[in-house]
Amino acid sequence: MESPIQTDFIRWIVFLPLIGSIVNGLLGAKIQKSMGKGAIGVIACAPVIIAFGLSVNALLTLKNLAPEKRFLIDNLYAWIHLGSLKVDMAFLIDPLSAVMILVVTGIGGLIHIYATGYMHDDKAFWRFFAYLNLFTAAMLTLVLGDNLLVLFVGWEGVGLCSYALIGFWYQDHANARAGNKAFIVNRVGDFGFVLGMFLLFWSLDAQGHGSLTFREMVKWAPSIKDSLIWGWPVVTVATLFLFVGATGKSAQIPLFVWLPDAMAGPTPVSALIHAATMVTAGVYMTARMNVFFSMAPDTLNVIAITGVATALLAATIALTQNDIKKVLAYSTVSQLGYMFIGVGVGGYAAAIFHLMTHAFFKACLFLGAGSVIHAMHHEQDMRKMGGLKQWMPLTFATFFISVLAIGGFPPFAGFFSKDEILWLAFTSEHGNKLVWFLALCGAGMTAFYMFRQLFMTFYGKCRADHHTQEHLHESPSVMTMPLVILAIGAVFAGLIGLPGVLGGSQFAHWLEPVIHAHEGEHASHALEWGLMAVSVAVASFGVFIAFLMYRRESLSPEIFCNLAGGLPYRLFDRKWYFDEIYQAVFVNGTLLLARIGSLFDQYIIDGIVDGSASLTRFASWLNGLFDDYIIDGMVNAVANVTFWMGNKFRRLQTGNINGYLFVILIAMVLAVYVKVHYWS
Amino acid sequence: MSPNDLSSYLIIGAILFSLGMFTVLTRRNAISVLMGVELILNSANINYVAFSHFSSGNSAGQIYAIFVIMLAAAEAAVGLAIVLAIFQLFHTIDVEAAQTLKE
Repeated sequence: MESPIQTDFIRWIVFLPLIGSIVNGLLGAKIQKSMGKGAIGVIACAPVIIAFGLSVNALLTLKNLAPEKRFLIDNLYAWIHLGSLKVDMAFLIDPLSAVMILVVTGIGGLIHIYATGYMHDDKAFWRFFAYLNLFTAAMLTLVLGDNLLVLFVGWEGVGLCSYALIGFWYQDHANARAGNKAFIVNRVGDFGFVLGMFLLFWSLDAQGHGSLTFREMVKWAPSIKDSLIWGWPVVTVATLFLFVGATGKSAQIPLFVWLPDAMAGPTPVSALIHAATMVTAGVYMTARMNVFFSMAPDTLNVIAITGVATALLAATIALTQNDIKKVLAYSTVSQLGYMFIGVGVGGYAAAIFHLMTHAFFKACLFLGAGSVIHAMHHEQDMRKMGGLKQWMPLTFATFFISVLAIGGFPPFAGFFSKDEILWLAFTSEHGNKLVWFLALCGAGMTAFYMFRQLFMTFYGKCRADHHTQEHLHESPSVMTMPLVILAIGAVFAGLIGLPGVLGGSQFAHWLEPVIHAHEGEHASHALEWGLMAVSVAVASFGVFIAFLMYRRESLSPEIFCNLAGGLPYRLFDRKWYFDEIYQAVFVNGTLLLARIGSLFDQYIIDGIVDGSASLTRFASWLNGLFDDYIIDGMVNAVANVTFWMGNKFRRLQTGNINGYLFVILIAMVLAVYVKVHYWS
Repeated sequence: MSPNDLSSYLIIGAILFSLGMFTVLTRRNAISVLMGVELILNSANINYVAFSHFSSGNSAGQIYAIFVIMLAAAEAAVGLAIVLAIFQLFHTIDVEAAQTLKE
């Protein structure tokens, strides 16, 4: 194996945002009071922008290397060296993590700048940016980690920051609950991740190659091909566990329920965490471990099915939502489903490609929605909007471009990445025509609900009350500038991953050192053109329906609501009753378990205690007869003395814990002193 | 003092222990007291790992550190449950309020 190039600047990509977070977190309140919010903003934004510069530098360094030598390592220190477990605190940049850090620092940086405008009126400005920087540092740790354990540190870090940011406005009980929900649901996934990690190390170690470092693991992956656990291939079980972790972070069935609730956080948080970065962690992890996933076709099938189910389910829910952010939240869940369809059919590069383009247009959509919410005085209901394009032309234009991108219209970014996934679903060896067809239906729904949102928000007559209408205005340039840049990305980012007939994907080629490209996808050009035409046609159909319903209003949505007795509509509107089912099964189940435990305590344990007490009492009563007349005299005297002394000593028992501890400490110090000076 | 010197690790451990002890003794908020206990446990961990590292080939200390971490998690769970019970009873988590044992 080539010896890696040691490069010291990589650590600063992680450390700079971390320093920003520490400075703002510890001194932020004082800085904000003495130097104003501008200083906080600079402290928060500068590290991320510098980190972006370093990331570009890393990309250029990689480009100048031969493809098989493209990895840079920054080894900080030996973390855990214990037996055959050797884990270093080390960061790695290879083509895959280079893409990820560019997304995190680039889009993250834009969102930081945007947030200085959006959060300007918030009193806890500094706290917000301390969390935001900490989140960025954690996400960078996740994607730069050289081994699974460092990745896991970032993995947990983003979970923690997500909790803090969702519940940022914690005075409102609902927000705090949403934060709790995100954290707890994520913990379920994390548990799977940890088990998968243990299992992989354990089985590799059994072959004498125990390691958690990615390149070592990939190198020795073939050695555990035939290992079994409980009669199953270890790789299948381990990758399934890892995928459970991915469903938690990347909001797939069954653990997607936290993401829509996460919209309780401020809008820049939704854009950064729940669209562009954190939710992509699961996709990144599966791409990073692609060698193992490819060894387990059963797992790939599970992933593909989960992806399709999530993409469709979330899309159907998004059809009926009226909250501008909820529509986007479910569309994120749905698009993440597409990424996992890509993984499930073996197209890891396509999944990462969709991840990247999605980061652009989804961040733009969320920030655009934030701009609208900002202008509407924190009104999020689309039924009270409409006609906003005359007041907010820039927001409208960028939003429109992003809607075209997510809807999958050429030549916008979403078209190429989504089509790549559909194409692989149709042709790859792991693919399946049914998967392709369902994904295509989802694409049609995506186009419908995104244009529904566009029409309801920006077209028609304004339905806001008079007061709000008077104050409608375009957002300040610190907010629109990031929108414009993201919209440009949403237009052009797809061009680096052109389909085969248009010259082939440079993006997949770039990732080849990490993700081995699949052969055998050579189908006729006619088929490729045909599939593209079908997907554009389906998307156009979705737009057409949306146009009839919400622009022309010649087709009433009522018809669909009342379809089949209104059952489908109720299912979509109630989110397929997932929250209710989880409440009934898990939350109430836990409470029931606690109640049973309490009853057990009350009747069985207490019964035993009480029973022994009764027995003792009976024995004592017998004894008492004897005692009463013979021993009492003696005993009474002793008892009186004891009572008297107890009463005196009672004063020592102040109940003051600090006091007790202080006495303990003094006694300890005295004892050590005596031992050292007089006894040795 | 270099990173390869046992005493520097012990000094850090001692500093952490003192900070934890100080927190436990002076804070009246029960949660802060628990946090101080965590600091004390972690200072013990540092000593464990440092001794383990410098007694070459003996990994018992590192294993013990993991036990301590696990124990700390259990301790935090029990401690927080007690704090919750205290809060329900006294409507405050000030440790000085909980002194009904007193005369």
